[in-house]
Amino acid sequence: MPKISLTINDKKIEAESGQTILEVAKENGIKIPTLCHDPRLEPYGACRVCLVEVEGARNFLPACATEIANGMVVKTNTIPLYKIRRTIVELLLSDHELSCVTCESAGQCQLQDLAYELGIEENRFEGERHTYTIEDYNPLIERDLNKCILCGRCVRICEEVQQDRIYTFANRGFDAVVTTPYDRSLIETKCELCGQCISTCPTGALTEKMSRYKGRIWEIEKVKTICPYCGCGCELELQVKDGEIVRVSSDVEGGINKGNTCAKGRFGYDFVNHPDRLTSPLVRKDGKLVEASWDEAIKTVADKFSRIKKRHGPDAIAGLSSAKCTNEENYLMQKFMRAVIGTNNIDHCARL
Amino acid sequence: MVKGKQTRVFICTGTGCVLSGSMKVKAAFKSELKKRKISEIDIVQTGCHGFCQQGPIVVIQPEGFFYPRVSVENVPRIVEEHLVGGKVVEDLLYEDSLTNKKIPLYKDINFYKKQNRIVLKNCGLIDPEDIDDYIEHGGYKAFKKVLSEMTPEKVIEEVKASGLRGRGGAGFPTGLKWDFARKAPGDIKYIICNADEGDPGAFMDRSVLEGDPHSILEGMVIAGYAIGASEGYIYVRAEYPLAVKRLGIAVEQAKKKGFLGKNILDSSFNFNVKIKEGAGAFVCGEETALIASIEGRRGMPRIRPPFPAQSGLWGKPTNINNVETLANVAWIIVNGVDKFTSIGTEKSKGTKIFAVTGKVKNGGLVEVPMGTTLREVIFDICGGVKDDKEFKAVQIGGPSGGCLPAKFLDTSIDYESLAKTGAIVGSGGMVVMDKSSCMVDLARYFLAFTQKESCGKCAPCRIGTKRMLEMLQRMTRGESSEEEVVLLEQLAEDVKVSSLCGLGQTASNPVLTMLKYFRKEFEEHVKEGRCRAGVCSELITYVIKDNVCKGCGVCKKHCPVGAIRGEKKQPHEIDVTKCVKCGICMQHCSFDAIYVAK
Repeated sequence: MPKISLTINDKKIEAESGQTILEVAKENGIKIPTLCHDPRLEPYGACRVCLVEVEGARNFLPACATEIANGMVVKTNTIPLYKIRRTIVELLLSDHELSCVTCESAGQCQLQDLAYELGIEENRFEGERHTYTIEDYNPLIERDLNKCILCGRCVRICEEVQQDRIYTFANRGFDAVVTTPYDRSLIETKCELCGQCISTCPTGALTEKMSRYKGRIWEIEKVKTICPYCGCGCELELQVKDGEIVRVSSDVEGGINKGNTCAKGRFGYDFVNHPDRLTSPLVRKDGKLVEASWDEAIKTVADKFSRIKKRHGPDAIAGLSSAKCTNEENYLMQKFMRAVIGTNNIDHCARL
Repeated sequence: MVKGKQTRVFICTGTGCVLSGSMKVKAAFKSELKKRKISEIDIVQTGCHGFCQQGPIVVIQPEGFFYPRVSVENVPRIVEEHLVGGKVVEDLLYEDSLTNKKIPLYKDINFYKKQNRIVLKNCGLIDPEDIDDYIEHGGYKAFKKVLSEMTPEKVIEEVKASGLRGRGGAGFPTGLKWDFARKAPGDIKYIICNADEGDPGAFMDRSVLEGDPHSILEGMVIAGYAIGASEGYIYVRAEYPLAVKRLGIAVEQAKKKGFLGKNILDSSFNFNVKIKEGAGAFVCGEETALIASIEGRRGMPRIRPPFPAQSGLWGKPTNINNVETLANVAWIIVNGVDKFTSIGTEKSKGTKIFAVTGKVKNGGLVEVPMGTTLREVIFDICGGVKDDKEFKAVQIGGPSGGCLPAKFLDTSIDYESLAKTGAIVGSGGMVVMDKSSCMVDLARYFLAFTQKESCGKCAPCRIGTKRMLEMLQRMTRGESSEEEVVLLEQLAEDVKVSSLCGLGQTASNPVLTMLKYFRKEFEEHVKEGRCRAGVCSELITYVIKDNVCKGCGVCKKHCPVGAIRGEKKQPHEIDVTKCVKCGICMQHCSFDAIYVAK
């Protein structure tokens, strides 16, 4: 990639061509606020809080969507820009339900952060507010349009990343709104409830129903792990409070999945603390399952395998491996079947 | 019979004239001629003449006798006296509003005399549903010349040299736009004609679409040849059913004649045109929203770059031109660059059509050379303000334009001069106002329009215009303050510089120019609770002059809320607590006893 030199806030910077002003600024520790931007999505340029001044340009340009050019002179911190950002945030707040006290997103809300950063105590703009009553009886995703800022991130992640189109915009002007086909509940659409929309929502408009009142961002500890469900190996962040998982998220900048997860990874964590979960091996004795040590359990299995192999030959045994295991575990499984048991009867559930 | 075979009755069937009854007039002519067994005289239905205030318009050709406001009852007389008797029906002729003289011929009417019709040259003069009529008037001559004598590069050079600029509003040089599309890499390219005319009060594109659809097709095939496209779309609003119908006919006829299709006129050039009807969104006039709409997506603008010339329809290089722009192309090719550049100003060449409406004597479509002054259009061509009232302001460029007071009447109409005042040429809407128009109310009206038509994508336009509208609503009700006027101005500036597309960026223009030139009126509303025009109903009261009132009771009878009391033959009185300020009482009073107290 050819290098390009430009100036941002009087700082001389070298960057790779094809990058946006926002990306270059971020790499160089210059913060430009954003609301509708998500690195997983195509540039959209709708919220206008990332507007910057570029020398020679007729208008202010959105940093998220403007590619850098050689010799570009960018300013991100001028008074006119500050005034515009303030106006935009005030406008957004003027039609936003300010229930930050109990909002699930308090502390991780980009609108709240920006309002704080700009020191907005009073709003100059008052007027009609929307009051939406959305009763979406799907079990997982809470949709509160009173907190929606129409950044379109949910609409776009569904279309661009998931290749689905569950959400769309409807109506015009002040009454423009994000909705589903025929305004139906998510479970009446072809939505798979992956929750990717929640992952990108910058405010509290889309949240996890299961996490309601279970813990807020400053109360939880984030534990990085790999998703237990399939061999993809997605990186997850377990949000843990008092030893219990209250929410699962994923870091947009980390892992092979870059913040994307499927429904299982995001919502399928209730087994972890479930009372029915097995915590030790069980061995059937006299028709009853009894707790046993690992040594005892493995010995029982080994004995029985050996007996079968001796009496009926190795091909009397077959192995079926699981997609929930890692690649390494699956490798070991086939090695075990072929080398130890001595059979090629090995298959995997992902092939079924 | 005094007249020969070539006598033809031209009846305008543009939307305006159809609404005022021209189809009935046409039927009356048909039956009248049939009754008299006259078969030598053709009846031709034409497109809009632009003089809509005088519809239905009938023109007797070849001389060009002009009969305005023709009713079914007038038809037998025109046939008897004029067509058969060879004598002009004097009392049915057009009367000039300045001189009160009867003017028999089309070309002598002031309204037309000072115009320079390039785009509208055929409107009203040919049958828009007959390609042969268009060809007889020089149609497709330019295209034949382009195809046989010119390379695509040469065509682009000509258009560049002509200085033609986009007539849709922004005024971008057309030749340059074509050049970008030609040079953009890609084997599939598209031409789009933007016929999504949406400004309230603007109807020049409609008139060309309805009156001379082939001129647009010809412009499109030439553009297609120039940039290397083989497919074109006309994005036309579905609210123009007649335009859609006539475009459809024109496309079919052009195919039959071999101007569209494969191997056009035995060359290797292929070009087809599809018609796409819009679904009523104003914002779809914005090029990226228009493209989204053709692709079947919601009409929402996207950020540029990439510009449509690089990545447009279906991601292919696309050239979008407005109707009026395309209608200029053939004229330039046939008449030459020099002739075109001799019209207009240094930077704005050619003509521009304005749709003049409002408080003006002769409203309609006016095509004038760039550089004509506002005064010439409003007073010389359109006859000045209705009822000879005092001129107050003119709104140019529709809801994206600006409102200019009398001191700008001598401003030259061209892109640069208008931009200096805060107004724009825009699509060419021109609303003339006298002192009965309230500027605050007008600002409210335009903003209500843009707010309703905002796509909702970017925050400044979606919420900003809403808050501006609410402030203006409060001002018209006298519930505002001086601080709010200042805040309105600040917000208008912020919305202007921070919105994503042209809709939001220009939505503030009416407000900003009205605040600049008519600030006093805003202050009167908020400080004194007074609307000097008597328009803002919350700030006025209806009063009966007791020394004039005869006590006839008519006002009392018509009041819808029973707010008027009084005995017969005694002066009546309006109960202000009940009055809803509808003004019906004033309309019905025969004695001018009711007035508006401001």
